[in-house]
Amino acid sequence: MTCIQRLLPSAIIAAVGVWVAYISYTQEPADAFLFPRLIAAGFVMLAVWDLACNLLGASVPAPGMDATAALNLAPGMLVLLIYIFWGAKALGFYTATTIAVLTIQLLYDPAPRHLFRAWGRRCLITATFVAVMYGLFAKLLGVYTPKEFFH
Amino acid sequence: MEFLYYFDEVFEPIALMLLIGGTIGGLILGATPGLSPTMAVALLIPFTFHLEPAQGLILLGAAYTSTVAGGAVSAILLRIPGAPANIATAIDGYEMARRGRGALALQLSFLSSAVGGVIGVLLLIFLTPVLARWALAFGPSHLFWLAILGVTIIGTLGSGSIVKGLLSGCIGFWLSTIGFDDILGVQRFVFHPVVSGGVNIIPALIGLFAIPQVITIFAKGRGRTDLEVARVASHPIGAAIGELSQRPRALAIGTVTGAIIGLIPGVGGQIAGLVAYDQTKKFSRNPESFGKGEPDGVIAAEAANNAMVGPSLAPLLTLSIPGSPTAAVLLGGLLIHGIFPGSDLFERHPEVAWTFINSMLLGQILMLVFGLYIAGAAARVAQAPQQVMAAIVLALAVFGAYSVQHSMGDVYVMAFLGVAMYFLERFGYSAAPIVLGLILGPIAEANFVQGAMIANASVGLANYFFSGWLNLTLIAIVLLSIMFPLVRQLRFGGTVGAAKI
Repeated sequence: MTCIQRLLPSAIIAAVGVWVAYISYTQEPADAFLFPRLIAAGFVMLAVWDLACNLLGASVPAPGMDATAALNLAPGMLVLLIYIFWGAKALGFYTATTIAVLTIQLLYDPAPRHLFRAWGRRCLITATFVAVMYGLFAKLLGVYTPKEFFH
Repeated sequence: MEFLYYFDEVFEPIALMLLIGGTIGGLILGATPGLSPTMAVALLIPFTFHLEPAQGLILLGAAYTSTVAGGAVSAILLRIPGAPANIATAIDGYEMARRGRGALALQLSFLSSAVGGVIGVLLLIFLTPVLARWALAFGPSHLFWLAILGVTIIGTLGSGSIVKGLLSGCIGFWLSTIGFDDILGVQRFVFHPVVSGGVNIIPALIGLFAIPQVITIFAKGRGRTDLEVARVASHPIGAAIGELSQRPRALAIGTVTGAIIGLIPGVGGQIAGLVAYDQTKKFSRNPESFGKGEPDGVIAAEAANNAMVGPSLAPLLTLSIPGSPTAAVLLGGLLIHGIFPGSDLFERHPEVAWTFINSMLLGQILMLVFGLYIAGAAARVAQAPQQVMAAIVLALAVFGAYSVQHSMGDVYVMAFLGVAMYFLERFGYSAAPIVLGLILGPIAEANFVQGAMIANASVGLANYFFSGWLNLTLIAIVLLSIMFPLVRQLRFGGTVGAAKI
């Protein structure tokens, strides 16, 4: 794990801690921030300690991120973010889920992409799963989702 | 013997169906590497909204018990522990399977899980009323210190780094304060409209436990990850029972160790299994056979991690302090049904509390029966392609988070926390203290504010929170929970737990 990798998360958390402390000690009414003030004191103290440990290289080693893992997860993460922050609402939960499940399988299935049988398996898994989800959530549990299926 | 009055509730058709469904589903989920019991229970919570509180808890309790036992299947047949609690099982279990004794290893693991589990639940049955009576002596200051203790124990024992563990707990406490202040109705830390109502516990739990698993699978890439399952030849169950009866020492050490460790908040099944394994090895006549397919290793580890389940719920049901991350998720399940655990739980909702506990007792028997029959099938499910598991867990997380309040905001919060947690985990922070902080935050705050009001009208803040034997004892335990691992870490330069065995 590089020095920047060690420092960046600690620095972000320390910044959040300072912001929490600043809000807690400056906002009114003070009574509403009694408990946050208590937490903020511990939060900032621990965050600074953590940052100092990382600066001095005295922190417990953590796995960190390597370039291979980052490259591997990037397409999946993109699908995840588009699915959740845009697809689910814009396309409807079931349509977006169908696309997301199929895309994730396509991206991470080790089987060759041109193989007809692999496509058949992916489509079958997706269709079965979405049908089960529809039956479970829409029919059994009565959960109304934005745009339902094809609206 | 009050629990006997509520036993028939477990045999009602819907309750029994949920118990069987939860047990079978839990065994399969448990056998699937990467799907931890905590995540399984968190993903199941949305399915309990439409159920009666007792029924919902039966489903969650059955899933909790059987995921821990089901984890042994992949530990024995694939050498991949289904859950952290099964790490010790994999050591000798896989060696047994490799030498053609896989069926015996599976049978011994389920038999010892059932024995340990039943004794653990019986302990829960007899301990909770005692603890509940004892808990009546707790005032706001004691409950405040208990909430702090819950976070410090999980923060220090459950994390590689003590500072990061405690910091994670602080983050959880802070997340719990977002939204409206309960007393004055003031908005706090509302940096985006989706959190104006606060951070809902269930989407947060789903995000913190499920999404990092999904991203971890993404990070492995497209490489072929097909797993080879050890072959299992049939083996008569009577012979396995005979074998177990000849090894009472391993069973006793595992059960007692698991039950004791279960009572300590935050320690969990992983430690229980490893400590029991280590102790059994120390007391064994053939310690050199451990690691080479010794049945005692499997028996001790599995008896311990299931004996831990019952006692770990005792502090949850009597003091509202979850003993483990999975117990914290169960607390979330209780809260959404409007049930607040505490000293008077058995007076206000005896039917819910006792039905839940009784179902766990029956669940141990069902887990044994189904476990022995579906172990092979569960191992095949464990071979399910990882990319399919990732897609399914992601979709379940989205639907589960949404169904809590029919709000897209909850889904966004779930995703944000989940993605952030993945990166935080890569840098040594852990989800369990954040979850504990998030759940115990409101308990700590309510009791702190109530205590402050009492203190201002009487003896003063410092006197109220820092005097009395109970306060001082709790403060001493809080300090010990921080200092002991800290000294250990400074002295040995390593982390507490698994690595040594």
